[in-house]
Amino acid sequence: MKKIMLGNEAVARGLYEAGVHFISSYPGTPSTEITEFAAKYDEMYAEWAPNEKVAFEAAYGAAIGGGRAFCAMKHVGLNVAADPLFVSGYTGINGGFVIGVADDPGMHSSQNEQDSRHYAIAAKLPMVEPCDSRECKEFAAMAYEYSEKFDTPFILRLTTRVSHSSAPVELCERKNVPVRDYEKNIAKNVMMPANAKKRHVVVEEHLRQLTEFAYDCPFNKIEKNDTTLGIITAGNCYNYAKEVFGEGASYLKLGLVNPLSEKLIREFCRGLEQIIVIEELDSVIEDFVRKLGYDVVGKNVLPNIGEFSQDLLRKYLLGEEADSSMIADEIPPRPPVLCPGCPHRGTFYTLKKLGVTVYGDIGCYTLGAVAPLGAMDTTLCMGASISALHGFNKVRGEEGKSVAVIGDSTFMHSGMTGLVNIVYNGGFSTVLILDNSITGMTGHQENPLTGKTLKGDAAPYISLEDICAALGVAREHIRVVDPADMKLLETTIKEELESDVPSVIICRRPCALLKGVERKPALSVDTDKCRGCKSCMKIGCPAISMIETEKGKKAVVDPAMCVGCGLCESMCAFDAFVK
Amino acid sequence: MNTKNIMIVGVGGQGSLLASRILGAAAMNAGYDVKVSEVHGMSQRGGSVVTYVRYGESVASPVICEGEADVILSFEKLEAARWLPYLKIGGTIVTNVQQINPMPVIIGAASYPDEIVEKIKALCVDIIAEDAQAMAKEAGSEKAANVALIGLASHVLGFDRNVLRAAVEACVPAKAKEVNLRAFDKAQEKIG
Ligand SMILES: Cc1ncc(C[n+]2csc(CCOP(=O)(O)OP(=O)(O)O)c2C)c(N)n1
Ligand code: SF4
Ligand code: SF4
Repeated sequence: MKKIMLGNEAVARGLYEAGVHFISSYPGTPSTEITEFAAKYDEMYAEWAPNEKVAFEAAYGAAIGGGRAFCAMKHVGLNVAADPLFVSGYTGINGGFVIGVADDPGMHSSQNEQDSRHYAIAAKLPMVEPCDSRECKEFAAMAYEYSEKFDTPFILRLTTRVSHSSAPVELCERKNVPVRDYEKNIAKNVMMPANAKKRHVVVEEHLRQLTEFAYDCPFNKIEKNDTTLGIITAGNCYNYAKEVFGEGASYLKLGLVNPLSEKLIREFCRGLEQIIVIEELDSVIEDFVRKLGYDVVGKNVLPNIGEFSQDLLRKYLLGEEADSSMIADEIPPRPPVLCPGCPHRGTFYTLKKLGVTVYGDIGCYTLGAVAPLGAMDTTLCMGASISALHGFNKVRGEEGKSVAVIGDSTFMHSGMTGLVNIVYNGGFSTVLILDNSITGMTGHQENPLTGKTLKGDAAPYISLEDICAALGVAREHIRVVDPADMKLLETTIKEELESDVPSVIICRRPCALLKGVERKPALSVDTDKCRGCKSCMKIGCPAISMIETEKGKKAVVDPAMCVGCGLCESMCAFDAFVK
Repeated sequence: MNTKNIMIVGVGGQGSLLASRILGAAAMNAGYDVKVSEVHGMSQRGGSVVTYVRYGESVASPVICEGEADVILSFEKLEAARWLPYLKIGGTIVTNVQQINPMPVIIGAASYPDEIVEKIKALCVDIIAEDAQAMAKEAGSEKAANVALIGLASHVLGFDRNVLRAAVEACVPAKAKEVNLRAFDKAQEKIG
């Protein structure tokens, strides 16, 4: 049977067919749906972990225990999981272990554009890269076979376009793979210097075997055409190249992107007059081919920034520009914004009003940096808000004028250690935890604080207040406020900014898009009362605009968008908003 | 057959994912190879979203570039203008006439261009502009606007009417089936 599947869905199908037992992941665009789709198969255990390091280690533990295991993350998630990654090749595995990592060339939804292939090289681990949904399924499933054969974790590298494109996939049955026996093996699994020294030798030996394997492995493919132009490529770049060069070039399509086979590349290049290496982001394959002595066209012509397309290849390699038309007007951009009724809006308006320095973090609330709110000073990576604010305040002494803001999922991911650091080292910064009861940005995933698991089962209640107290914040400085009550929020923030001990303000109100969150009737504007003062425009709700009427400029509410949260009402001095 | 390129453009949350799934299903059921490319994540929070559907004998790239789209299905006027350079010379735009102001317009930092449809027409571009919301409302629910838009474009999408209709039937949630089919039929009649 054939089914149109998203690349990520096809990876999940590959896991299912390979008989995978255990999946632990942390969400991150564009990798999230792999785990969501995998969770729909009853035969596989699947969970959200609080962060990528935990997810990786949980999956590693399952593999050592003899199960086939998987974890998924976005490219920056691999930074978080890098510590266990680098050692996992030393111990090897027992049941097959595959790590799915999705890069985001073009930064559709990311804070940077790193190329995960460097990790495979640095950690000396094999990495495979599919080019479409069909290969997503096949590569994911095949990786288990070879992970077990070479006793090493495999990394499955995806990119946004592969993860989020759909194509027909042929479905097969699930293999019944029993959990393997587990035997204690200290020399292999306990990585202290004496053992690790011996295991490093094994890692190098595995790499040598894998390089031999790379010569004729089923992941790589040569397509010979009657031409002297050769293209070496991998992943979705292969599709772009085919689109542009068709049968006018021969192709070496690398599915195993680490390690590379010198023998295979030399064989492919024999007799070619021109070689082009086409790869998004860094020149990983190109550097290897150049080292073999070939003069290739690559990053001397093609960019190492952003996403490729057939158009980009035509432009840079053939000098061709597309024919197109456009109207003369300037087209205003349409950036993403906080949803109507978003609980974060009141918080950021209040912070802006107070004029404090805001150490931000990553989530929907990063949009608090966008006009008209503009209430954020920094965003670096998940968890950095709290820890970086501590450093800022230690050198500037601005505890009374600065806060950190961090989401509930992000706090559980990597915010707790930063808070401990403030308490431990005598800091007295103020931290706002924006608890909207969900992992919003990545499309609404459960997390340890939401009371539900990935599979939808009830989870034990974990109290954010108790966590903060256990980390050393005094109970009377752990405050809980509904951010829709902007007055109370403002006085609470002021009080805690004045205090000389660490404090946490939990801004608690569920995300407006959650099921079960009441959508109230839309408000409307009484045009007799509205004086066109634009006060309500300061909160940046996309449902409100100003229009020119016979009576002058007036606010209007789009009834299709408004969820009746009432925030605009509390901005208006003339009671112009009516229910 | 050459690969047929259809772009679906709109504002995050308008239902373009469903539209792309309907077209993908239609292509597969008609026996073609097909690739659909979506955007998730950041861009969905009310931002500009674009989805690509490509079908034919064998489809390589999942994306559509400037000057390549045979059809642009647009859920909002400004988005039709934004993505106009992607239309192939001789291609067709089918757009909803809805206006959704982006934040820079709302806060007065930019202005929403006037007479977008007329200006596009003036470039000799084949453009169909209709109120898909109104049609969907007439059929029973504004939520079916995306399917109404597909109905309006049914003559240029390259599918047999029944294949397209069956794909709508297969892809929309069971409880919304009738409304969506009505919206599809109404829109299709309009275009003839
Ligand atoms: C290391 C890392 N992992 C994952 C992500 C993807 N990501 C961005 S924000 C976010 C979580 C947001 O949830 P929360 O903190 O609850 O804020 P919300 O979006 O709900 O406001 C995730 C998982 C990332 N940017 N970095
Ligand atoms: S998804 Fe929820 S948290 Fe995110 S912007 Fe929308 S309302 Fe706010
Ligand atoms: S009540 Fe006001 S602030 Fe809330 S969603 Fe409606 S228009 Fe926006």
